[in-house]
Amino acid sequence: MAVARKQTRWHIAIFLAPALIVYTAIMILPLFGTLQLSLFRNIDQKQVFVGLDNFRALFGDPHWSGAFWNAFKNNVWFSLIHMLVQNPIGILLAALLSSNKLRFRAFYRTAIFVPTILSFVIVGFVWKLILSPLWGIAPMLLKEVGLRSLFHPWLGVPDTALTTVALISVWQFVGIPMMLIYAALLSIPDEVIEAAECDGITGMAQFWKIKLPLILPSIGIISILTFVANFNAFDLVYVTQGALGGPNFSTDILGTFLYRTFFGFQLQLGDPNMGSAIASMMFFIILIGVCFYLFAIQTRLRRYQF
Amino acid sequence: MNKARTSIPRAIAAHAILIVYTVIALFPVLIVVVNSFKSRGAIFRAPLSLPGPQTFDLIGYTTVMSQGNFPLYFWNSLVVTVVSIFLVLLFGAMAAFALAEYRFRTNTLMGLYLALGIMIPIRLGTVAILQLMVASGLVDTLTSLVLVYTAQGIPLAVFILSEFMKQVSDDLKNAGRIDGLSEYRIFFRLVLPLVRPAMATVAVFTMIPIWNDLWFPLILAPSEATKTVTLGAQLFLGQFVTNWNAVLAALSLAILPVLVLYLIFSRQLIRGITSGAVK
Repeated sequence: MAVARKQTRWHIAIFLAPALIVYTAIMILPLFGTLQLSLFRNIDQKQVFVGLDNFRALFGDPHWSGAFWNAFKNNVWFSLIHMLVQNPIGILLAALLSSNKLRFRAFYRTAIFVPTILSFVIVGFVWKLILSPLWGIAPMLLKEVGLRSLFHPWLGVPDTALTTVALISVWQFVGIPMMLIYAALLSIPDEVIEAAECDGITGMAQFWKIKLPLILPSIGIISILTFVANFNAFDLVYVTQGALGGPNFSTDILGTFLYRTFFGFQLQLGDPNMGSAIASMMFFIILIGVCFYLFAIQTRLRRYQF
Repeated sequence: MNKARTSIPRAIAAHAILIVYTVIALFPVLIVVVNSFKSRGAIFRAPLSLPGPQTFDLIGYTTVMSQGNFPLYFWNSLVVTVVSIFLVLLFGAMAAFALAEYRFRTNTLMGLYLALGIMIPIRLGTVAILQLMVASGLVDTLTSLVLVYTAQGIPLAVFILSEFMKQVSDDLKNAGRIDGLSEYRIFFRLVLPLVRPAMATVAVFTMIPIWNDLWFPLILAPSEATKTVTLGAQLFLGQFVTNWNAVLAALSLAILPVLVLYLIFSRQLIRGITSGAVK
């Protein structure tokens, strides 16, 4: 054995190589390639190194900075709605699902997860149809409960469009926090729950005092996943509101802004270098969020070993 | 022990909330599928009622079938998804095995390097990925999509599978070594069959985002011959906005395959998410 250990263990390299090569070539190098491209500009068909000029334009040129900050602001709101609506609903559903002796549990779990598996194309279009004043499903339902006067073409008005799109996205993805929290709740050992019950802590009190502290690490992971997913979002806005993030850019988020800048749209010419600058900014935003989570939050959460 | 504690009113309240949410989750899907079987007039007159003998109509489906290239798009999606999942599972399992099984100097570092991709979305590298694909002549091929999805799937696959491979008993592997099995045989013959449930979980997790992706097909393979079903449906829906029968039928056709797959694999998916949790 001792002799074998000293030989070069080629099999380790062979096991690792395919994954490392594909991952490095298609994911890591392009990420750095994008960062690099953001430092160049196409002048007379040639890529010329311009340092941070693209970023200076992105933040200094009112034409660019206005659009960037608008997309950023919308993205913050978009993500905030997920944090404040999607995750609490997910936790509530998971808490209900994991309660003792609940019947039809598998059915609820399966049904509530259905929207998550549907593509953005389907989700976006279905909701566009339902909310459309033309078809009238939404006004019809509101009329049934006597609230017909509340109906607006929510997706078509700048004031409400972004919130509506975000809520559609919440509808689609609520299954993910639900499942992850459900798994975390199931992993709490019975002894802990039984001990709590012996001490007379049941129901709501049990959830707040015993279970919630134990699932905090999972809530932390869900928050960071929500953050990354939303600052990288594109598809739902593109499908429901178009590449312009209409009406009047009210739903424009970083993803659609990147797409438009990179490929051009209607009268706007595509610009890979500015696109890279925007992708780089998204990269930094996500990186800062992930680092903040890893260093500031995760290290403070106590993990309970059972 | 404490069966009496779960009071009946509380159980009713729990069911009430879950039922309400189930209705919210399923209603939009049902409304589309139900209306896709109705005549145009009925869709507008009574959108909430089931199709009856007078309102039943398949005109939407016949339009969809005679218009676009849906069978081709469907085939493209299938090829891309199946090949990507195969490569993700194979490469991911191999790397996971190396990380879980052997101690070598860069083990932890390699694990962290691969884990990066779970947090940083591959989409941010799109600009350079497109340049790479243009340079290598892979634009508008299914290969470009397969490569991207494989790279995208590997980090999570390695992460999940290495957790599972650590649980495979060392005695078994050492017994294999004493019997003279090579490391490759130990991997393929002993370890892989044992982590099959975890592989199924990874497959389902990898499949959903690949099948539903719009971004990369739109950018890397938008030509008619390489369109995926998601991209095809997106363009079709845009084109036929006013033909409600066709739109609803197209949506239903797009929903059904994923729904069926999900119902088949949902148990596996849920077991995967809650794995380690259910005792």
